[in-house]
Amino acid sequence: MEFGWVLEYRDLLLHGAFLTCVLLVISVVFGFSLAIILAVSQVGDNAIVRWISRGYCTFFRGTPLLIQLWLIYYGLGSYLPYIPGLRASFLWPVMREGLFFAALALTLNFAAYQGEILRGAMLAVPKGELEAARAVGMSARMILRRIWLPRAIRIGLPTFAGEVILQLKATPIVFSVTVMDLYGAAYKIRQDTLLIYEPLLLVTLFYVGLTFAITQAFQKLEKTVPVQRQHSI
Amino acid sequence: MRNETSTPALLVKNVHKSFGNHEVLKGISLAAEKGDVVSIIGSSGSGKSTFLRCINFLEIPDRGTFQINGEEVAFRTGRDGKCHPANWRQIERLRSGLGMVFQSFNLWPHMTILQNVIEAPVHVLGVDRNVAIEKAEALLAKVGLYDKKDAYPAFLSGGQQQRASIARALCVDPSVMLFDEPTSALDPELVGEVLKVIRGLAEEGRTMVLVTHEMKFARDVSTRVMFLHRGQVEEVGPPAQVFGAPTSARCKEFVAAGSH
Repeated sequence: MEFGWVLEYRDLLLHGAFLTCVLLVISVVFGFSLAIILAVSQVGDNAIVRWISRGYCTFFRGTPLLIQLWLIYYGLGSYLPYIPGLRASFLWPVMREGLFFAALALTLNFAAYQGEILRGAMLAVPKGELEAARAVGMSARMILRRIWLPRAIRIGLPTFAGEVILQLKATPIVFSVTVMDLYGAAYKIRQDTLLIYEPLLLVTLFYVGLTFAITQAFQKLEKTVPVQRQHSI
Repeated sequence: MRNETSTPALLVKNVHKSFGNHEVLKGISLAAEKGDVVSIIGSSGSGKSTFLRCINFLEIPDRGTFQINGEEVAFRTGRDGKCHPANWRQIERLRSGLGMVFQSFNLWPHMTILQNVIEAPVHVLGVDRNVAIEKAEALLAKVGLYDKKDAYPAFLSGGQQQRASIARALCVDPSVMLFDEPTSALDPELVGEVLKVIRGLAEEGRTMVLVTHEMKFARDVSTRVMFLHRGQVEEVGPPAQVFGAPTSARCKEFVAAGSH
């Protein structure tokens, strides 16, 4: 085992780890926001909106992430420059980067899975709790905000932890669209030093460590509110 | 009771409701003056819970007229020939003046008991948070749960949860309290503590409509008892009459079966 290269490639590794974390945070935060819209529209009354959301979830859950990423990067990416004014806009420096497309694909993909989970969690909230909210005069919007979503998110919390970990492990795919994430850094080190296992081992440790941190964070979150596990009636 | 000058707290006329082809309510009426305690009794499937749920529109009746504290509820007739609330805002506003207590408590498990009780005053009625807390604490003390105010519902017994849900219903200053079989989900030894709280409310002169299987309790606290059978009012009157000298054969049978 030879780890003398670590110091030399420290910046590359740190930058890669940073990008991995950025992709994870962006896709989880934005993906979750989109998932709320997808879930709410699927349990709502509007049939058209419901079918659009259902179609979205089916499409993004039914196709490989790699293909989505390439469709977005090579397909959408090659059309963007033809949108009038976009090249001159302040957004362009961000939008021509592989990172932008990687974050977009990961976000859209995460939202589809998360939307389905959240939909299930919303349906799992006992009807009586929502009736109690209606009975005190809450509007539909307030019930959603104060009762239905907070309850659903708590019910789904154990599943969300697993989803975030899966999402972490999906991130190395962005290397295929030129993003130098943590895996990209390991790849570069292998090319330079001809060491195969050492960089991969180091990177593996990082992923495991991050997974551990995510698990811990979610456990803390779950403990903040005791869910009805024992029922005394 | 027949004081013409005061507006009735609740005036409900000719309520019809069907689920599919099954007609659950076949024209039920109810008038409650302020301070009335009306108990609705009847075997399961008689429509008593459905009727109660129509009063605060958790079930939308197919037909009927509703006056709550003199305010007429506006309905429009849909293409299906059934009633629909013309204005959901009005429904929401009226609901906030009707305190509902459910059979299965339905406390919100992600909030503490105190948060459950102040939720509606603060977020629906716009009461100042500190004012609401003060009032909620007084109500929790009244139902004997002050020391549990910071606990989550999961850690309370069924009887405690039901008392907390009564405090939650009271905290909006309801003009009418609606109870939907408040003790049916409780262990026998916990029924007493909940009935005691409800009895206290009756003695305060609160207007209440109570669906119950507790015959003795209904007899004790009610000003009027209504016996439902297959979606119709079979017998109605003061408890002494309904329990002591019912005119309907079915009511006679039901009361006799329940009294031993």
